[in-house]
Amino acid sequence: MNTAHYKTWDEFTEGIWRQNPVFVMVLGMCPVLAVSVSAVNALSMGLATLFVLVCSCGLVSLLRRMVPKEVRIAVYIVIIATFVTAVDYAIQAISLALYDALGAFIQLIVVNCIILGRAEAHASKNPPLPAMLNAAGMGIGFAIGLFALGAVREVLGAGTLFGITLFGAGFQPWVIMVLPPGGFFVLGAWLLFFSWLERRKLRRAAPPMEAGQHV
Amino acid sequence: MKIGKAFHPQISPICADEKEPRAHAMTSVSLVCDLSWFNLRNLRNLRIDSRFYGMSAPLIEIRSAPHVQSAKTVETIMRNVVYSLLPICTFYVFQYGISALLSIAVVTGACLLTERFFVGTGTQAGRLSDYSAVITGILLALTLPPGFPLWMGAVAGMVAIALGKALFGGIGFNVFNPALVGRAFVQAAFPTAIATYTPSFLPGRFTEFIPSTLAWPLMIPDSAAAWLKAKNLDALAGATPLAKWKFDGVLANADELLTSLSGHMAVGPSPLLILLCGAYLASRRFMDWRIPLAVLGSAALTAWLLFAFDPARYPNPFFMLFSGGLILGAVYMATDMATSPVTPKGMWVYGALIGLLTVVIRYYSGLPEGVMYAILIANAASPLIEKITQPVPFGRGVLDRVKKRATYPLNPGYISREEASAVTPKKRFLPNKPKK
Repeated sequence: MNTAHYKTWDEFTEGIWRQNPVFVMVLGMCPVLAVSVSAVNALSMGLATLFVLVCSCGLVSLLRRMVPKEVRIAVYIVIIATFVTAVDYAIQAISLALYDALGAFIQLIVVNCIILGRAEAHASKNPPLPAMLNAAGMGIGFAIGLFALGAVREVLGAGTLFGITLFGAGFQPWVIMVLPPGGFFVLGAWLLFFSWLERRKLRRAAPPMEAGQHV
Repeated sequence: MKIGKAFHPQISPICADEKEPRAHAMTSVSLVCDLSWFNLRNLRNLRIDSRFYGMSAPLIEIRSAPHVQSAKTVETIMRNVVYSLLPICTFYVFQYGISALLSIAVVTGACLLTERFFVGTGTQAGRLSDYSAVITGILLALTLPPGFPLWMGAVAGMVAIALGKALFGGIGFNVFNPALVGRAFVQAAFPTAIATYTPSFLPGRFTEFIPSTLAWPLMIPDSAAAWLKAKNLDALAGATPLAKWKFDGVLANADELLTSLSGHMAVGPSPLLILLCGAYLASRRFMDWRIPLAVLGSAALTAWLLFAFDPARYPNPFFMLFSGGLILGAVYMATDMATSPVTPKGMWVYGALIGLLTVVIRYYSGLPEGVMYAILIANAASPLIEKITQPVPFGRGVLDRVKKRATYPLNPGYISREEASAVTPKKRFLPNKPKK
């Protein structure tokens, strides 16, 4: 019982840090690069994906014994599309400005490979609760990744965070940060940072080298 | 005599040294060298270095062929390029005053600090003392407006080294000219500041900074136009000749372009001085003369063809050559050794591509100046250019065409077995094979 709990918890945290979809698996780059112009856009995109991910993984997991193997992808897509449509209408109802800013990328959540990957790799093999927990971890990890990009791009590109001015009126915006190249630069910088962390961890875990020893 | 692994069991660990993987990459393949190389005169080649290996370290570093010793090291070449840049910098400071001096110092300092950081991580080829970062810094500063805010200059310098050089593994591994990478970044990031020029030979330029120079970090610089107005100069005085031609239809005169002594146009570093310094470098063989000649020739030819086609619409070739940064780009940027082709024919193609693209971008795009993008595009194309312009091995004429050319090494004397139409001898079955 105890180990089972531990495993579920581990599956939840896996998506947030160890298997982070943005920084470790580098999945779903299309929305990551396109909508991370500002922190609000990035976070709402992350939350929308989180909702779709959790709901569709739960439903896929419930239906996992009923769906024939041959048509499973089509079934997953229909399930995902259902929740995406719901999110699409919800965002439209909450804020039309946000809906316009996100554009086609809300509908494109349907083909986000993180969601299909979770449904295929995890939800279709596990009971609903672990599946949803794992999906929630992945969704939160994705939202964190998007926010990390969006925050840097908004701070440098506009001098604001969540629309709050940080540096006063005379701030010089870095135009390139709100353009597509800025997305690639910031993503590259974050990937570099995480790979540096990973290497540092490995280096510290390795036994110290003796003098004159050659790897 | 051959020295193999068995003879020298200590050699193989050098190859796996993490500090300088590229420098030792060749030694792991061929450890064959003859004794004549191993004489006393060359003992200075045998680097005694126990920093990385501890006390039981091998003390001999064995390099692969060719074992040619030349007085030209990377450091010598780079140092001479810096020397040749000094007169240009001096005149530039004379033109624009202390703002230009501070700009050069800050950009170069930013480049050196960034280089120092990345060299310190141990992942880079090259050292801080090889002067390459100094060249990058000076060239970058010369391409920026003299009154460019210092903090933006520092950003440009850091991006130039980090993104343009360190990311690829250091000196010699970069694909694009680092100085131009830095400039392209700040042009995309701060388009207003980089288009704000101030005229040369302003009175009081040695006592007073251009106001935009001293902007606070991350803040918008003060407007140079208002400052110029207070000095009783017209607002257009700060335009570059190219911008003036593109947006106002005013063509600058030759004397203004060459010396800028008569007017108040922002002409940048003196083209004549750059040509002179370039000639010095070419005569000392620190730079290949083919590339600048090809760039300028191709730009002049394209501009002349268009000028002959419609003189009312296109400016004369002289204006095209001596305005903007074409001369600086042709002499100092395009000739960067790491990013230009090494084959003689390839250099002509590469230079011609830059000249053509420059004129095309200047005439048909929204930008007044196109040298930077032309060189960056040609840099990207240079591996391809190198590949299709491989020299024919010595002794092969046009009639006796080589079907499959050598791609590596570039030694013209090298003919592979396939090219030499060597046939693998057929196996002969000996009749008196022992039977079982």
